[in-house]
Order: sequence, then C-alpha cells, then structure tokens
Amino acid sequence: MNRTYELIYVLKPDAPESEVADMHKQVAEIVERLGGTIDKTENGMPWGRRKLAYEIGHHKEGFYVLEVITGSGELMKEIDRRFKVSEGLLRHLIVRVDESTIKAERMRSKRTEESRRRRVARGLPPDRQPGEGPQGENEDDSGDLMFDGADMEA
Amino acid sequence: MAFGGPKKSGPGGRGKAADKDGKDGAKRRGGGFFRRRKVCKFCADKIDDINYKDVKLLSGFVPERGKVLPRRISGTCAKHQRGLRVAIVRARQLALLPYAAD
Repeated sequence: MNRTYELIYVLKPDAPESEVADMHKQVAEIVERLGGTIDKTENGMPWGRRKLAYEIGHHKEGFYVLEVITGSGELMKEIDRRFKVSEGLLRHLIVRVDESTIKAERMRSKRTEESRRRRVARGLPPDRQPGEGPQGENEDDSGDLMFDGADMEA
Repeated sequence: MAFGGPKKSGPGGRGKAADKDGKDGAKRRGGGFFRRRKVCKFCADKIDDINYKDVKLLSGFVPERGKVLPRRISGTCAKHQRGLRVAIVRARQLALLPYAAD
C-alpha cells in the first residue's frame, strides 16, 4: 500500500551544487527502484540555504531539501538506511503525512458542515453573504482576544 | 525570539490568581487591571494540522530559553498542545528550532 511521506534532509552548507544534485539523484534512484514516485522537490524558499537553530559540527548553516514521496514503507526504510550511513548529511527526517492531511481535511469539512447546519437552523442561507453583519464582527472580536496588546511587552 | 501568537501571562501571582476566574472572560479585578480569557490559538485560527515546517508559527510557542511554552500561559487546549509538542520536537531534530538556548 502506498503512502505519502515527507523527507527533509540537511546538507553541509559548503556542499557544491553537484553534491545537492547527486543526493537528489540517489533518492530518485531508490524511489524508482522500489516503485514509488517523487511528487515534489523543494530547495528554494523557505528551504535551501538556512541558518541552523543550533550548531551542528561547527556548521552554522545548512542546505535544506524537502521531497514529497509516495511509496511503500520499505522504500522509506531503505532511504533512511542509506541516509544514516551517508556522509555530508547533517540531518534528515522522514514523516508520514497522508494520515494527518486526511484528518485535517475531515476536521475542516466537519466544521463547515456544522456551521452551515447552524446557519440553516437560524433561518439564514448556508453560506456567509459578503458583508454580513453581526457574525463577521463576532469573529473579529475572537481574534482580538488573542492579541491583547496591553499585555504584551512593548 | 519573541512571543508571537500566545498571550503572555503577567508576572508571578497575578497570572495565577486570574487563572481561577479565567472562565468569566474579561473581568476587572480589584487591583484594576484586565485579565482576558485565554483562547487556544489553533482553535481560534482553525489550524487543524500543526506543521513542523511552519517555524514562524511554532516559534511563538518557544520562548527564548527554547522550552515549550506551557499551556497555562499560552492557553492552548490539550489537544492542540499535544500536536504542538510533536511539531516542535520534529522541528528541533532538523535544527529549525533550538533544543536549548542560553
């Protein structure tokens, strides 16, 4: 069964571009061999060259690459194994994302449904009309509760 | 690192005393200052998926020292605090957030 994973790895900041490309090729090769697909590769903003939150082996910066991969668990295990033994890599992390995305999706649809139901019960059209009065204002107020300017240090 | 979203509690006993009647919402106390009800940022902003890549969001819950901001101060609900913790731990592994800072 295929699942969606996110893979982030951090290369040394002094790695030449060829090394970045080489690492990507290695990943792509494993993914292809084990019957997965790379859905997305990002090494531009906000990824790419970034300041590290703490020093890793005297490096203050790292080159981040994010890849979204669909494939089996075996595939990710193989990538993990390879990354563990490869040099020139500061950090890597593999996270399964399909489940949490579905969960978030479900929550969102549940919420809109619920609000529609309540609106209908109050005799309003299910969707908010542009420039609608009291409810919009209430929402603004709830946002205001979060930012209590008086309580923040200037 | 600045406190972004979460509301910061006042120093010492003030915060604690106000927590007890926090349910009443904004309320004027004898001392003469307001204590607003704390709201879970993730519930209010309808953030379902707390993502470890969103450093800007997470850093609001990680004070200078690098620890996770406790629920009693940020007002985050239990469910979201759990997700938040996981996200922060993941971000730390990738050096997006510090483990500890002096």
